[in-house]
Amino acid sequence: MQISNSYDYQSNAATKDTPWIRRTFIAIAVLFMIVMLVIPLLAVFYEAFKNGWQLYIASLVDPEALQAIKLTLITAGIVLPINMVMGIAIAWLVTRYQFKGKQLVTTLLDLPFSVSPVVAGLMFVLLFGLNSTIGGWLESMGFQVIYAVPGIILATLFVTFPFVARELIPLMQTQGDSEEQAALTLGATGWQTFWHVTLPNIKWALLYGLILTNARAMGEFGAVSVVSGHIRGETNTMPLLVEIAYNDYNFTAAFALSSILAALALVTLLIQQVMTKIQERKFAKSERLASAPELPVSANATAVTESTSADSTGKV
Amino acid sequence: MSIEIRNVNKKFGNFTALDNINITVPTGKLTTLLGPSGCGKTTLLRIIAGLEYADSGQVLFDELDVTNTPVQKRHIGFMFQHYALFRHKNIADNVAFGLTLLPKNERPSKADINKRVAELLDLVQLPQVANAYPHQLSGGQRQRIALARALAVKPKLLLLDEPFGALDAKVRKELRTWLKNIHHELGITSIMVTHDQEEARAVSDEIVVMNQGRVEQVGTSEELIHQPANAFISDFLDLV
Repeated sequence: MQISNSYDYQSNAATKDTPWIRRTFIAIAVLFMIVMLVIPLLAVFYEAFKNGWQLYIASLVDPEALQAIKLTLITAGIVLPINMVMGIAIAWLVTRYQFKGKQLVTTLLDLPFSVSPVVAGLMFVLLFGLNSTIGGWLESMGFQVIYAVPGIILATLFVTFPFVARELIPLMQTQGDSEEQAALTLGATGWQTFWHVTLPNIKWALLYGLILTNARAMGEFGAVSVVSGHIRGETNTMPLLVEIAYNDYNFTAAFALSSILAALALVTLLIQQVMTKIQERKFAKSERLASAPELPVSANATAVTESTSADSTGKV
Repeated sequence: MSIEIRNVNKKFGNFTALDNINITVPTGKLTTLLGPSGCGKTTLLRIIAGLEYADSGQVLFDELDVTNTPVQKRHIGFMFQHYALFRHKNIADNVAFGLTLLPKNERPSKADINKRVAELLDLVQLPQVANAYPHQLSGGQRQRIALARALAVKPKLLLLDEPFGALDAKVRKELRTWLKNIHHELGITSIMVTHDQEEARAVSDEIVVMNQGRVEQVGTSEELIHQPANAFISDFLDLV
């Protein structure tokens, strides 16, 4: 069956647009992308290295910069595993179970995307700040959330929460659960089914969700800015320090840190491209095996009867 | 292994899928559950498998009540209409899957597992596809591998849910003859679900005709043709 793709009528000489329309569209798209994406990115790297390598490296080994880099990495390191587990759990819940309120769960899942990051940060300040019930109680136990690292982690968890689940849900819905049912009939427990059947089937989508989560966790500004308190040397992540450095007229430092974040973005895109290529190549090999007989020779089924007949003593 | 279904009922919301079903399935025979869409045959098969639980009634394997036994412990082999092969495992790993799940003390050695996989691939006449992946095989080939996979753990009961429904007519006919021969060789008690009466008559030792959640008649192909119990049977089997 010929499945129509989106390239059909433009690649067909009989129906495609004239060359000048095509070139105009391409020109507009390329120009827009150069102005809005490429030039700003190049500017970041230019400004970072404008005053030479020495200053660039010096900006990065500055104690405040090192602390910011460390805090960014710690945040990502904590947020990634938590969101991986929770994302898989939510995706499993939504795609394998029917229950009242499932629609509500799916809607709530998109909440971190629709809420402004600043509002998200403020939400946590109101919930866990020193003037709140929970915050006050935690502080009496010596545990501070807002204007401290735990608050930053919470805020980052919130804004990165949907990525893994949103990647997994459509995939798991499309794949269906028949492979999992087959595993059950072959004797697999729930955990064995998940580990040997479900996980391998979702691994690429999961990896991509984690890449998106990581990119957002390292680059988040708004929500983290509100909860961090900008305490120098303690609660600044890289994006926060970029703003502080820029406001201090320390441009080289600001752009040096920005260049790392920009490089992270580019690496993220690169990994995504590579993953897509690998996956495409894996499933492009769908030629039939020429050597395998299409139909069995029904008349003489050569059965290995001793080892496959049912054992009447009940031994498997 | 003989199967007995006693007073099984199943409702989905307001829809009665199974209404007081009582049947026995003789040991070593291939019994078909035949009927139009929605008659409850697949539901009954899945209840026998343990993939669904009945609302009331009992399922007995060799007179042992397995009604509340989980599917993993029922020692069955199940074949799905759309094969349900593990897409990310190669054929050999697919077939070996059930064996690799056995607890350490029961699990055969790697060499023994490979040997058994090779035997099963010979049985289904696809010895050369061990390293291929499911998407490289045709539908008929995939279903044969699905049978090999189901047989790997030596089940005492083989359940087939419209196994040839997704295949084209020629392959369907060839495979049904092949299945009948395999069943004849192996002698495993088997229950197959189909809505194709020609297929049922070609393959089965016994047919259970179902309609709207109830058993209409049980008998061999000959009995159903010569002594249809009611108008539904005559109509469904195209008997004028």
